[in-house]
Amino acid sequence: MELVTPDFGLLFWQVLTFLTVLLVLSKFAWKPIISGLKEREESIETALSEAKKAREEMASLTADNQKLILEARKERDKMLDEAQKMSATLIHEAKEKANQESNRMIEAARAEIQISKEAAIAELKNYLASTSLNIAEKVIKRNLSTDASQQQLVAELLSNTSNN
Amino acid sequence: MMSNKFRTKFLQIFLFLTVSLGFAAKASEDVEHTENKFDISTMIFHHIGDAHEWHFATIGHTDLSINLPVILYSADRGLEIFSFSNLKTPHGSHDMVQYAGYTTDHHGKIVSTDANREMFAFMPPAHGHANPGAIKVYNVSITKNIASLFLSVAILFLVFFSVASGYKKRKGSAPSGIQSFFEPIIVFIRDEIAVPNIGKKSEKFLPYLLTVFFFIWFNNLLGLVPGGANLTGNIAVTFSLAVFTLIITNFSANKDYWMHILWTPGIPMWLRPIMLPVELVGILSKPFSLMVRLFANITAGHVIILSLLGLTFIFESVVVGFASTLFSTVMSLLELFVAILQAYVFTLLSAMYFGQAVAEHEHHDDHH
Repeated sequence: MELVTPDFGLLFWQVLTFLTVLLVLSKFAWKPIISGLKEREESIETALSEAKKAREEMASLTADNQKLILEARKERDKMLDEAQKMSATLIHEAKEKANQESNRMIEAARAEIQISKEAAIAELKNYLASTSLNIAEKVIKRNLSTDASQQQLVAELLSNTSNN
Repeated sequence: MMSNKFRTKFLQIFLFLTVSLGFAAKASEDVEHTENKFDISTMIFHHIGDAHEWHFATIGHTDLSINLPVILYSADRGLEIFSFSNLKTPHGSHDMVQYAGYTTDHHGKIVSTDANREMFAFMPPAHGHANPGAIKVYNVSITKNIASLFLSVAILFLVFFSVASGYKKRKGSAPSGIQSFFEPIIVFIRDEIAVPNIGKKSEKFLPYLLTVFFFIWFNNLLGLVPGGANLTGNIAVTFSLAVFTLIITNFSANKDYWMHILWTPGIPMWLRPIMLPVELVGILSKPFSLMVRLFANITAGHVIILSLLGLTFIFESVVVGFASTLFSTVMSLLELFVAILQAYVFTLLSAMYFGQAVAEHEHHDDHH
């Protein structure tokens, strides 16, 4: 019976002590522990959600980048195309111009040749005339008796001429 | 005779080396005390009961014990404080020592020598002489159990102040040291006991649940330490803990809880008056079960270990000594588990009672 009868002294101290423990631990242990735990859990929660947000932002940034790259590529293609077109026209124009120039130059050369030829012919004509006149003059001057001597003279003169 | 003595000494040494060191010392002391016959029930009841001295061992004829302070209060004499050494029966003597009008009975309890003064007790002695006019003497001595209680409080404060300082020092960062050992247990009590059973209002009850859990667990463990007191296996302690749960349950109860008890919804009208006393008994039976469960489990564990060890001294045989030591060691390991299990059960059931008291019922939808 003694075993199941609460002892007054022990009950007294137990109630007093347990209440003290409850109050002291609640104030100086459980309160900081529970608030510390909660604080840490909240900070982990925010860190996780922030990481998730950052990841999402990253993903959207990557998508944007992709779009930019695509646009840039398109732009580049367009520019290349234009450049090619432009260069083609330039080359074409240059060719055209060169053709025209060469044609013009050929024409000019041709005209000059013609002029030179005509001048040469005129000069030759003049020379021939003067040479002929010289010969005729010498022939006349010598008074040639024979045909042979005349022919010799002509040959002589001619060779002189050709030698000149 | 010589070999018998040798065998007893051998057993003492052998037992000394086991987990059950304290129990063994206690048992051997009782063997020497009675000299002629070993009384196992005396030994066991002596161990699981309370005492005014903290006895560790008896070596030869010298007691290794601490005499604890005796504190008495009576209306006529006021507070009386003296050491128990004044009342202690000398070793080997059977004469009761008297001091300041007090002496001890055969259980080691303090009694008054004056017939007009009587020790206060909740249950008067069965064959006592009733003296209604006697002056009551209240015995609030620091007994072995109370000394152990103070020790456990010192340990609780030491441990949890250190844990709490961890949260201040390393704000927001990972726990370390003793903090990382207790944090999972604290989180378990919060997330697995308080929140699922109480719900939204669990935060209010959490300090009590944590205190009760660690108080019971630490004291259960202290009871298993050789030479330790049987505090949580004492009815006064489990009674007070159960009363705390009872008070908290009923003072935090809402209208739904009282409605459920006084006019149980969902049952036929004529049954309701019959259910009323049943429900009223339920208010008390729940904490009563808490009280008995903890008391019986811890006391039973101690009794089993002591009985197993006592077998050695009953049979005075080496073989029995070996076997009983083995069994009691296994029992001690089991008791380590029971220590935390009973703390868990008490906390869980308290949380469930709090949960029932604060639950928001939807009677009109739930019951038909």
